[in-house]
Amino acid sequence: MAKIRLDNLRKSYGGTEVLHGVSGEIEDGELVVIVGPSGCGKSTLLRMIAGLETVTAGEIHIGERMVNGLEPARRDIAMVFQNYALYPHMTVRQNMAYGLKIRGLPKEEINRRVEEAADILELREYLERKPRQLSGGQRQRVAMGRAIVRDPQVFLFDEPLSNLDAKLRVQMRLEIRKLQKRLGVTSIYVTHDQVEAMTLGDRLMVLNGGYVEQFGTPIEVYERPQTVFVAGFIGSPAMNFLPAELSDGHVVLGNGARVPGGAGEGEVTLGLRPEHLVADEDGPVRVRVALMEQLGANTLIHGVLEGTDQEMVVSLHGIRDIAEGEVMGFSAPQDALHLFDRRSGRRIN
Amino acid sequence: MLKRVHFPPSVLPYLLVAPQIIITLVFFIWPASQALWQSMLVEDAFGLSTEFVWFENFQALFRDDQYIGAFKRTAFFSLAVAFVSMSFSLVLAGFADRVVRGAIVYRTLLIWPYAIAPVLAGALWVFMFNPTLGILAYGLEMLGYEWNHQLRGGQAMALVIMAASWKQVAYNFLFYLAAMQAIPRSVIEAAAIDGAGPIRRFWTIIFPLISPTTFFLLVINAVYAFFDTFGIIHAVTQGGPANATTILVYKVYNDGFVGLDLGGSAAQSVILMILVIAMTVLQFRYIERKVEY
Amino acid sequence: MVENRPWLAFFTHVVLLIGIAIIALPIWITFVAATHDEIRMTQVPLPLLPGDQFWVNLKATLFGRGLSGTETAPVWLMMLNSLVMALGIALGKIAISLLSAFAIVYFRFPFRMGFFWMIFITLMLPVEVRIVPTFEVVAQLGLLNSYAGLTIPLIASATATFMFRQVFLTIPDEMLESARIDGAGPMRFFFDILLPLSRTNIAALFVILFIYGWNQYLWPLLITTDSDMTTIVMSIKQMLEAAEQSPQWNIIMMTALLAMLPPVLVVVLMQKLFVKGLTETEK
Repeated sequence: MAKIRLDNLRKSYGGTEVLHGVSGEIEDGELVVIVGPSGCGKSTLLRMIAGLETVTAGEIHIGERMVNGLEPARRDIAMVFQNYALYPHMTVRQNMAYGLKIRGLPKEEINRRVEEAADILELREYLERKPRQLSGGQRQRVAMGRAIVRDPQVFLFDEPLSNLDAKLRVQMRLEIRKLQKRLGVTSIYVTHDQVEAMTLGDRLMVLNGGYVEQFGTPIEVYERPQTVFVAGFIGSPAMNFLPAELSDGHVVLGNGARVPGGAGEGEVTLGLRPEHLVADEDGPVRVRVALMEQLGANTLIHGVLEGTDQEMVVSLHGIRDIAEGEVMGFSAPQDALHLFDRRSGRRIN
Repeated sequence: MLKRVHFPPSVLPYLLVAPQIIITLVFFIWPASQALWQSMLVEDAFGLSTEFVWFENFQALFRDDQYIGAFKRTAFFSLAVAFVSMSFSLVLAGFADRVVRGAIVYRTLLIWPYAIAPVLAGALWVFMFNPTLGILAYGLEMLGYEWNHQLRGGQAMALVIMAASWKQVAYNFLFYLAAMQAIPRSVIEAAAIDGAGPIRRFWTIIFPLISPTTFFLLVINAVYAFFDTFGIIHAVTQGGPANATTILVYKVYNDGFVGLDLGGSAAQSVILMILVIAMTVLQFRYIERKVEY
Repeated sequence: MVENRPWLAFFTHVVLLIGIAIIALPIWITFVAATHDEIRMTQVPLPLLPGDQFWVNLKATLFGRGLSGTETAPVWLMMLNSLVMALGIALGKIAISLLSAFAIVYFRFPFRMGFFWMIFITLMLPVEVRIVPTFEVVAQLGLLNSYAGLTIPLIASATATFMFRQVFLTIPDEMLESARIDGAGPMRFFFDILLPLSRTNIAALFVILFIYGWNQYLWPLLITTDSDMTTIVMSIKQMLEAAEQSPQWNIIMMTALLAMLPPVLVVVLMQKLFVKGLTETEK
């Protein structure tokens, strides 16, 4: 087991830099999810840690070792690929045993480890099959098994669930989490799916355009997003953003409404999560309803801030019946206000 | 897979297939059946009368040491050409597959010999090994090795094998490279993470995964060596010296056009047809055996 | 690649360059031979570097009457013959294969499968295995020493028919349905829909077939006796024979160079189509 330290990592292809100095420490036994939209550099970062991409600048440490120049095989890592990357010509058993065989482990030891992993993953009866005879979920498990038997210091997951259907994805997500907890292996998990990120990670590294926007626990990221990007990326439905001004202890909205909260002066972006607005006849946030979506457990209200054309979404519990065109009032608790500097997009409260 | 919908019946489809069918009948089916018929006839020495003799021509062939010799020689020649050119291509493709940028440039530089006619390939090689002038023959002489393929059967065979393999490298390379590039990168990366170095990866992952291509190429190369190398033999050695390079197609031609033994030549044709059919069937079986990633 | 070892990358390129050198050697020797004069080409050891007689040799080869002591057609005429043959074979094969594939895929008619198998048989019977009887047929039809004799017997093609059949099968049925709703008859559908949709396949096949046609050897050797009908590829053999008496290797090798130039250019310049054609006709 080992800690991982990333120190100002940079990656350039030709003249273009795609990672602009990524730093962070991953604790022993921790599962960190790297999340971000496609093209944010998350897979590149993972592949650099694996040793499949060269490091342009900065350092990667696994345990006590600086691994920048080490080949993948020497880094004591295991990786689960998006397309599983199983060896199509080998049986499940051979797939799992391949890495051990190369390391020259004795036959009995290899068999013991493979069968142990097969038991954990409920693959016992499939050991003699070829990958093409397995379903997507089973292949996914074999890929996991191949990582487990190696008993590495670090697991790397590169969007391992994106090829599965929605139901299986939820199930496998839980299994990966259980397994990782049980084995206690330091893990890095890359995904673009924010739900996967929130449910799996001990901590999240939110990446955008090659920069780390925030690195923290799921709750921190949800409750105190550090940038407008993070605030908008995490949470569903996405946070509402309203241009506003700070003025003696109030946030003044575009239509002049004053929401109590905030300190200081200046132009800000106010973030309000749809699920944090509370229906309140006299509330300062007044929304003209344009459309309703009944989801059963809750109701989504789409509309605009009254007197402006700023679109808003509010999520209320239960089934509501509201007429289109009606104006509803909402209040926002002080701790539900997210204030960002209008220019830099950084959090200021 | 067939179409659900069709055009209404009319004479049109018959007109459409007519050119192909007429040419097939006149230039393929008819001559082939002629060959079959002639293979069972014997002409007397003056060409005055012919006699139907059933399979005597075939029996004669298989009693003929020269024919059996040509058969064995063809087998050896085909295997040698397939082996030399496939292993050379395999090595080059294996390395080209490692090149991240510029693989296309290497491919361009390696595939153009495909466009060269076998007889030209033969001409180039026979020029390099010309016993009096050839640059390679000269080089060998400097090394103390005397080259004269016009006298030595073994050297003549080596020369036609080299010329035939050289031309076929392009084809094999192209298919090997395509097969290797069809292997998902991640499979190779997974093997690297599993600790397999480049050479081990090649033999335990890449080579087994491209085995259908190897099998396919084996058949294609055999067909090539059997039939398409006529030009090489004809230009380089004329089957000599002392029949050392007489392969089956050359013998069919030689016995038919030079020796004017029509029955024997026809019987040889029939045997070759059976061989082609067998190889074609083999080649079609390949289609069903593709690797699924 | 996965490893980041500079020496390994270096080694990779070295191996590839050696491979290319081996492949290119015969061509280099040929080229060098075509750039020296006749005298130099009889002195051992032969040169390894080009001389200055390239244009002289080119002119002598293209417009001369072959090697001294032999009377052959000038090389430009042979190249013209080769071009006619190659184009005739390529275009002929494409045309008749398109038509028969169209019939087999888009019509249902008695003996359809019979025809299909009959075409399939041509795949199994290369010219080389039925030389004598085919020659007799062509001779009886009076096609010796003619362009028709050079091309027509070679234009039946199972591979091309199969390829077009595959292509047509991948075109959605809805195309035909909507064309019929729009009132298009079969030939209109063929020219307006199928041909445009198969354009790249036709081009790819053309590249392969052009090379195939240009490189024909045994067939022209059999059916042309008139020296004005000689193709450039078959002339090489006659020159090699003549070289015993008059070893004008500069002219012979220049002829070889000219003989391989058109198909090599086609492969290099249309590499994409070539690769597509090669992989699609074989699988």
